[in-house]
Amino acid sequence: MSSDIDAVHWRSEEVDETIVLTLDVAGQRANALSAEVLAEFDRILAQIESRPLNGVIIRSAKSNSFIVGADVNEFQKISDMAQAVSLAGAGQAVFNRLARLPYPSVALIHGHCLGGGLELALACTYRIAREDDATRLGLPEVRLGIHPGFAGTVRLPPLIGDLAALDLILSGRTVSAHQARALGLVDETVPERHLLRAAHAFVARHPRQRRAAWWKRVPAWSPLRKPVTRLLQRQLRKKVNPDHYPAPYRALELWRRGASQEEEARSLSELMVGRTSRNLVSIFLLGEKLKRQGRRQPHGVAHVHVVGAGIMGGDIAIWAASRGFRVSLQDQRPEALAGTIKKAYGFYRKKLKKPVAIQDAMDRLMPDLDGNGLGRADLVIEAIVEKAATKCELLRDIERRVRPETLLATNTSSIPLEVLGEALRDPSRLVGLHFFNPVAQMQLVEIVRGRQTSDSSVERARAFTVAIDRMPLDVRSSPGFLVNRVLMPYLIEAMMLSQEGVAIEEIDDAATRFGMPMGPVLLADTVGLDICLSVAEMLSGPLGIPVPERLRETVGRGDLGKKSGKGFYAYDKSGKPRRRPVRGHSDLPVTERLILRMLNEAVACVREGVVDNLDAVDAGMVFGTGFAPYLGGPMRYAEALGEVGISSSLRRLAQEYGPRFEPDEAWGRSDLFTRDAGSQA
Amino acid sequence: MSDAKVYVIDGARTPFLKARGQANEFSAGDLAVAAARPLLARAPFAPDHIDEIIVGCVIPAPDEANIARIIGLRLGCGKTVPAFTVQRNCASGLQALATARERIAQGRSHLVLAGGTEAMSHAPIQWNTAMVGWLSAVMRARNPIARLRAIGGFRLSHLVPVYTLLLGLTDPLVKLNMGQTAEIVAHRFDISRAEQDAYALSSHQRLAAAYDTGQMRGEVEPLYDRRGRIYQEDTGLRRDSDMEQLARLRPVFDSKYGSVTSGNSSQVTDGAAMLVLASEAAVQRYNLPVLGEILGDEWAGVDPAQMGLGPVHAVSKLLGRFGLAMRDIQQMELNEAFAAQVLACQAAWASPEYARDELGLDAPPGPMDPSRLNIDGGAVATGHPVGASGARLVLHLLRSLRRHGGGLGVATLCIGGGQGGAMLVRVQGEPK
Repeated sequence: MSSDIDAVHWRSEEVDETIVLTLDVAGQRANALSAEVLAEFDRILAQIESRPLNGVIIRSAKSNSFIVGADVNEFQKISDMAQAVSLAGAGQAVFNRLARLPYPSVALIHGHCLGGGLELALACTYRIAREDDATRLGLPEVRLGIHPGFAGTVRLPPLIGDLAALDLILSGRTVSAHQARALGLVDETVPERHLLRAAHAFVARHPRQRRAAWWKRVPAWSPLRKPVTRLLQRQLRKKVNPDHYPAPYRALELWRRGASQEEEARSLSELMVGRTSRNLVSIFLLGEKLKRQGRRQPHGVAHVHVVGAGIMGGDIAIWAASRGFRVSLQDQRPEALAGTIKKAYGFYRKKLKKPVAIQDAMDRLMPDLDGNGLGRADLVIEAIVEKAATKCELLRDIERRVRPETLLATNTSSIPLEVLGEALRDPSRLVGLHFFNPVAQMQLVEIVRGRQTSDSSVERARAFTVAIDRMPLDVRSSPGFLVNRVLMPYLIEAMMLSQEGVAIEEIDDAATRFGMPMGPVLLADTVGLDICLSVAEMLSGPLGIPVPERLRETVGRGDLGKKSGKGFYAYDKSGKPRRRPVRGHSDLPVTERLILRMLNEAVACVREGVVDNLDAVDAGMVFGTGFAPYLGGPMRYAEALGEVGISSSLRRLAQEYGPRFEPDEAWGRSDLFTRDAGSQA
Repeated sequence: MSDAKVYVIDGARTPFLKARGQANEFSAGDLAVAAARPLLARAPFAPDHIDEIIVGCVIPAPDEANIARIIGLRLGCGKTVPAFTVQRNCASGLQALATARERIAQGRSHLVLAGGTEAMSHAPIQWNTAMVGWLSAVMRARNPIARLRAIGGFRLSHLVPVYTLLLGLTDPLVKLNMGQTAEIVAHRFDISRAEQDAYALSSHQRLAAAYDTGQMRGEVEPLYDRRGRIYQEDTGLRRDSDMEQLARLRPVFDSKYGSVTSGNSSQVTDGAAMLVLASEAAVQRYNLPVLGEILGDEWAGVDPAQMGLGPVHAVSKLLGRFGLAMRDIQQMELNEAFAAQVLACQAAWASPEYARDELGLDAPPGPMDPSRLNIDGGAVATGHPVGASGARLVLHLLRSLRRHGGGLGVATLCIGGGQGGAMLVRVQGEPK
């Protein structure tokens, strides 16, 4: 029978005096805990808490998730602390009501159970998870610059022990159902077919609630709290800068104090209205938007054929096969194919772990000396040497051998699509899929549209990119597209600073202090100086950037960076750069020169229409280069600094260091500095 | 024959990898997948349009029960394509093709992926039955005393392992291993050690020439292992072999007075060969390129102690059924289980007494012209992965016939246990 609850997002049915509450947030692919959903939940709990029931079971009707967390869109509407405190307080109150029910409650977890979703589950008496690879549990709040705020920091340590709880909260990492069972985060894992039966069994048996073993709570003894905190702080500092990312440090502090729910809510609120969280939330939403764009159309790709088993081609093939696609990798050099297969095996062993999954991925990845895979391919990606004539010849041959509906893509970073398109009878089917090295770590793929590229080619390329779990960013075919173009002045400025006598270690330190994941000199070495040189030369004409002499000399000597063991840095056998200690500091405005050149180039890209808007620049630079996420991307940072301030700084630098710092004309144009509705704070 | 026509449209094999003591990196499943993947990739039909998969394999690993099904799923043919495994010892691969041909000829299937695979270096070593009995008695014991008593039943002899590979290569009834049966036929037809060695040497030289002139490209698909190594040729091929070296080897099976050595025998090897067979309708529907036609197959039983003579009988039956004489056969691939056994088959075909007494023929069919027999070498050089060899012979025969202008060809093997199998194929065109 169905009890009469008045709710849009929740369904309720009663079996054997046990209520099964199913969350199915209207109009969404996944369940998020918006204020409205929470309010409904509170009303339902109020209705059922006084009834003589055996128990309540909470589950989700979405196929791929339990609850993915709080509604991040609502974070952007919060403008002051009071609002934030009341939001957290309201959530806590609902979950406390759940925890206080006079009969047992069971969370039935499948798919993603994250953030507020896991906190809801923690407020239940029992948690049962579906045992499969899709089930992931975690508290990823720190990735949005906050920490749990629905009593997660209070409820988790007693359940799984202090160190395990802090590990989950501070790292934001997620765990599988199997790992969750081992941690004690869930009471049982069962296959899909037994989920409901297991939940009813828990209600009927009503066993004692799970608690962490006493020895797992030892770190919480008061004399130990301080030293444990110091230890964990030291570990945190190695990974994140507390000035840029305060959230994990705050969470640790809450634990040290043994903070209450009220204190948790207060601390959360301070973080929510801070710069870091606002920027991380906006970046997160930008990423979601990019992914949504890739879901509008089917990609129609089952078999991918990659030509060129160099680093990029090989990595693209390895990655696509790991994401379930059949892949043939063509190269005339058997050694190159053999090298890729070896690399694939190493990667799959690390990433997929299970022998059957490794075998499946290896079976999907076919080395292909003769191009056997072309005939059945739905998508062909060429990643051969960056020479227009060679690529044209290859594309012409490919077009003859593939089916008419096959999408053709190039991974070129420098050749205009219009040039390559000339080789084809139908240039509308050619699109750029510009991956970044290393493919497994760089989330961004630039979807390059040439003048003749058709809409449907772009849509399919985007959809494929999302299907392999990467972020598609539309860019127009123009020199360097977005990411390389914005990055190059920054790299060149670093080399000029080094020519002027600044130690490369100091240059890199300045950039990492600013929040870049890696300094520009080390980045150039890692990418490969030969590649940097060719990109610099390609861009120097259209952008009027002089190529630094030092770069030419270094490449001329055969020092190509990390891959050859020596570049600007020398590398030891394990591939670590040998850093000399930084002595003293130069008087030059290192950080300012590096960053302003990047901002100046970025804004030019918007003005020229390389990308559609400021959001695209921010998403591209954060997902493509790791540009300081806490700043929300270069354009959001520029807005925070103010356009006027940037122009005048640039003019000052131009007077001192030359015309390369002349402010782009875009800085004064307010029409360019508008944001898409929805991403505006 | 009123049967419908059956075509081979494509095929490939892996390089054959010699077993050198420890297991090679590839399982039988891995090898078959590596051989068949390029076929499916270049086929104009989707993998799930295949009607069935038939694979010959003698000793699949314990986790490869019905290995044909595993291969089909691993190839991405999808769950709806049925698959079964056939076993006829050394002719398992040929049996797979014969069965596939029959199913297509009957109109039951249109597209069949068929072939053979074997990872002899992976042949398991098992506990003996006494050990199994002891283990189960210990498991079944209900209380500690019964368990102690059961444990007390242990004998050292329980630890004697069962080498499945050696057993597989030994006739279970006459208790002779395959090498000894070769010694018997060598003795019967008076094949000398020098003749055997000379034949073996030419097998290596012919295979080396086939690789060197690029003929094997397209037939042998390179294998890539997980450590980044490439195999492009059969690893048992000895380009540096000569008569002196061969003469120095000691007989393996009859160690004192025998003549069969590891040098003039086929090698214990891992490998796979896979082919795609199609009906006339499938050829038209997908506009498939035709490599050749399988006309039929014939099987014969012989004395298990002289199993090497199996081809003599199978081929005679085959020729008789199709009304052909030996000279009508453009090329023959006769599996080189042992050099002695190939030469013995030739001698038997030449022998009027053998024809009269054993084949029931008035006149002997005559031997196969040696210049048209195993023209690119055979198992002495490539190795003999038992489940795969039959498929390799047919594949190579078809490609070789095509290269030489076409005509009729026979692929035949001797089969452990005392049988022979032979298959007749035709490639369009006039022989050059």
